[in-house]
Amino acid sequence: MALEMYLDLFSQPCRSVYIFAKKNNISFDFMKVSLLEGEQYGEEFGKINMIRKAPAIRDGDFCLAESIAIMKYLAEKYQTSDHWYPADLQKRARVNEYLSWQHMGIRMHGSKMFWLRLLIPKIMGVEVPKDKMDGALEDLEGSLKLIEEKFIGDKPFIAGEQISLADLVAIVEIMQPIGSGLDVFEGRLKLSAWRDRVQAEIGKELFDEAHQGILASQEMVKNMDSSKLQIFKPKILRLFL
Amino acid sequence: MPLELYLDLHSQPCRSVFIFAKKTNIPFDFKFVNLATGQQYGEDFGKISVVRKVPVMRDGDFILTESVAILKYLAEKFGTSDSDHWYPADLQKRARVNEYLSWQHAAMRAHGSKVFWFRAIVPIITGSDVPKEKMDSAMEDLILSLKVFEEKFLDDRPFIIGEKISLADLVAIVEIMQPVGTGLDLFENRPTLGAWRDRVKMELGEALFDEAHKTIMDVASLPQTFENNGMLEFLKPKIQKMFN
Repeated sequence: MALEMYLDLFSQPCRSVYIFAKKNNISFDFMKVSLLEGEQYGEEFGKINMIRKAPAIRDGDFCLAESIAIMKYLAEKYQTSDHWYPADLQKRARVNEYLSWQHMGIRMHGSKMFWLRLLIPKIMGVEVPKDKMDGALEDLEGSLKLIEEKFIGDKPFIAGEQISLADLVAIVEIMQPIGSGLDVFEGRLKLSAWRDRVQAEIGKELFDEAHQGILASQEMVKNMDSSKLQIFKPKILRLFL
Repeated sequence: MPLELYLDLHSQPCRSVFIFAKKTNIPFDFKFVNLATGQQYGEDFGKISVVRKVPVMRDGDFILTESVAILKYLAEKFGTSDSDHWYPADLQKRARVNEYLSWQHAAMRAHGSKVFWFRAIVPIITGSDVPKEKMDSAMEDLILSLKVFEEKFLDDRPFIIGEKISLADLVAIVEIMQPVGTGLDLFENRPTLGAWRDRVKMELGEALFDEAHKTIMDVASLPQTFENNGMLEFLKPKIQKMFN
């Protein structure tokens, strides 16, 4: 039985897993889970991952959630090139350091920006109050600064000379606010140069394919039937407003 | 030069690193970073880590932040075949540890920390209790995380990966203890969680567990420390942000 990967490419961690598998020629069945349609709350998906989030994989009878756990599992199982998750103790620690920091460091802020700029106005019918938007922007900017100064520094990639899981996880998160129309690369030369290197390593075609959906978000959300998105109202009220 | 660990045991990730190093007999210098006085914002600590958080590890000239990265580094560097269970070489077991360590950042850790701040810190800084609906919402999130923990991560296993304790259980217990330090008995009416806590405590050793948690169980002393160090004014805008 083939590896099954339950993905929706609107989701950053789904993109990193997708890109990683494709780049490393790991064959899998793409099982689409449409998040905006609430498919993650269905009965079938609940059997794959009771936390009801994507990505999730099923490898035989082994189900696994969490993109970072998934990529490390795939790296080990399929013996991908060392640079993705180096065996060297200190290099590996640098990758782990970024992968740990990023959950609350950038992922949270980039995701929030996407919700505040695109989804909330659509679902709630109102613009987000200025102080909330400003606060969120401040957090995102702080994160990007830290990524440039501490994590990239004067190295080509986060772990050093070669691309690793850290860069992959970083790029997909940074692309999320871009999907909402916020050009986070503008005025950030170091970040842009790093982005170009990462894109070149991944391959432009694969990178663009993975990001096609999210980059078309503004148009897509505009045309969406907002009544279908009302299931997200309670989440929005709790998390953002 | 021995390993240096920059720690404050008020902090959950500092506790997991402290406990792991002690339990596995890794010699280290305990470098106290007094969070309640804002020492992490000082010039000296800035040279150790620009992120200005704890824990931080310095091994020779190698400096590393993030407890999850530190724990894995220590497990790898100082590990033996007997201690494999902390971070197993077995592909699926290791994946389960990684799965928990990944999930917990935005779930157990975030929610436990928030409840801790709302109960123990915010009232001191603002002079009044957190509005009921915000407190209820925070509690709701924490309760949901505990539910997911019991149902998915423990299920009917003694420890997260099965028969033996791992880094996952260690990271879990220190986070759950944070709101417990404010007087919230999260184990009451949760027999699965309580039984797991007992097993974890036994594996770690009660003396070590209690030593690590002495500080957080004594949060009542925080207000005076904050006041003595000008932290009240410093923390006010931070609190404001939390409510945005």
